[in-house]
Amino acid sequence: MSIDQSTAAKVAKLARIKVEDDALPALASEFNTILGFIEQLNEVDVDGVEPMVSVEPMRLKRREDVVTDGNQQDKVLANAPDAREGFFAVPKVVE
Amino acid sequence: MSDLNKLGLAEARDALRKGDVTSVELTESCLKAIDEADALNAFVHKTPEIALERAKAADARIKAGDAPSMCGLPIGIKDLFCTKGVSSQAASKILEGFRPEYESTVSQQLADAGAVMLGKLNMDEFAMGSSNETSVYGNAVSPWRRGNDDAQLTPGGSSGGSASAVSADLCLAATGTDTGGSIRQPAAFVGITGIKPTYGRCSRWGIVAFASSLDQAGPMTKNVRDAAIMLETMCGHDPKDSTSAELAVPNFEAMLTGDVKGKKIGIPKEYRMDGMPAEIEKLWSDGAEMLKAAGAEIVDISLPHTKYALPAYYVIAPAEASSNLARYDGVRYGRRAHLAQGDGITEMYEKTRAEGFGPEVQRRVMIGTYVLSAGFYDAYYNRARKVRTLIKKDFEDVFAAGVDAILTPATPSASFGLGEMTEADPVQMYLNDVFTVTVNLAGLPGVSVPAGLDKQGLPLGLQLIGRPWDEGELLNTAYALETAAGFVAKPGKWW
Repeated sequence: MSIDQSTAAKVAKLARIKVEDDALPALASEFNTILGFIEQLNEVDVDGVEPMVSVEPMRLKRREDVVTDGNQQDKVLANAPDAREGFFAVPKVVE
Repeated sequence: MSDLNKLGLAEARDALRKGDVTSVELTESCLKAIDEADALNAFVHKTPEIALERAKAADARIKAGDAPSMCGLPIGIKDLFCTKGVSSQAASKILEGFRPEYESTVSQQLADAGAVMLGKLNMDEFAMGSSNETSVYGNAVSPWRRGNDDAQLTPGGSSGGSASAVSADLCLAATGTDTGGSIRQPAAFVGITGIKPTYGRCSRWGIVAFASSLDQAGPMTKNVRDAAIMLETMCGHDPKDSTSAELAVPNFEAMLTGDVKGKKIGIPKEYRMDGMPAEIEKLWSDGAEMLKAAGAEIVDISLPHTKYALPAYYVIAPAEASSNLARYDGVRYGRRAHLAQGDGITEMYEKTRAEGFGPEVQRRVMIGTYVLSAGFYDAYYNRARKVRTLIKKDFEDVFAAGVDAILTPATPSASFGLGEMTEADPVQMYLNDVFTVTVNLAGLPGVSVPAGLDKQGLPLGLQLIGRPWDEGELLNTAYALETAAGFVAKPGKWW
């Protein structure tokens, strides 16, 4: 599988990382190196093998579905790059 | 007493209890060493006020009696751990200015036990790297040099600042984290001990996530006894981490008898790689001889899927990273890019992430995005998870056959020069983790023990891999190896 520039551009878009057009050839080439390395996995016979979900066979703990936390709006917003009137502020989302 | 910063945890603890030193004296000695070591770029956020305040509290607690082992001992904390009110950036530009409103469970447990935080330690950005060259703070530098050559060497990665700081005696010990070898490889590069416990032993809560199914915290220390002491404080069930194990934590230090008689130590043939330096080959067979002389039985074993561990890792870890790092959106914390007139929310995400993530992090996030994308999920991600099942089964089979621990080299080479790998393709750098990454994929405990020097005078380490939840026995075997190897070399001070 070889990744071309348009695939690299699509992946960058999906990852929400801006990549300038002139950086795409190098990016595609790096992807191909890494994916070429990963291709080795095709040599392994995985028929009938379950994909690993959890490395230790433990059931995830459950807890009561109740509120355990909250009422700390100031702390939640303390590290926001732009917080106004008790909210996170972002550029216009809807025209 | 002079040079208090050069003490290990156990020595310092015993001196504190006898009243020979105070925590304030220990802490001041470390703070002075840190201020003289800016050339190593190990401590990237210094917290002397917090340190002295905690040291005073620890002295009062020790005086009152009944202080836990870690009480009063000055340590460094990797920048990946969230520390309340103190910059916690995962060495990334995207978390510039982030001061958490909470404390990670592991650093809280250490603080509760009375440990003194000296500051935050350098690392690869988001723990992605093997040389500490992807950090926004710049490279951490190893205190070791090749003889009289003044070329700067890597302390390894991702816990490079922790490795450099402990090796250079800037602190008594440090926390690290290990996703593919990030505790054990740097420990080996600088001649210290580092253990990654079984997945689930240490809570991941409050540690910036890289690959959640692989990440584990652990101690990086001057010797095996210190690792046992510090690991015990770091471990334990935490309801805030759903994968945290509800198991009692043994007194690991009490298990260090040095008796390995009758233990079966496996030597996996697949770890004998083409082109492995003769010195590492020799170190490995010497290590096996030492354990044999101590009464262990050495057996040849096979872990047939070893070769596929790194490629599987480079699907699974980036996939989890792409998901975990989606949270860095420039909205809730950290740094937002400056936007142009008319930029909307998509431009904000894209510019923030392009400016905030370094090249290696961007590369891994995008590889992860690709292997999870529609049409490739099965071919890459599911296949890698199936291979992971087989890698774990390899280990289960040898443990079922009676093997108690597995001995391997920790790294395929000694430390290399900073900048020497710049021209290499990313896969060349990934090969650093070839001996350590299997352990993360199988969730097992692994410890790196310094065992010798190469011909350039640089440390080399051996790795021991144990059964799940068997850190106590693993540390005991490591203790026997440490005693036999008698590694005492220290870097000459040039900084």
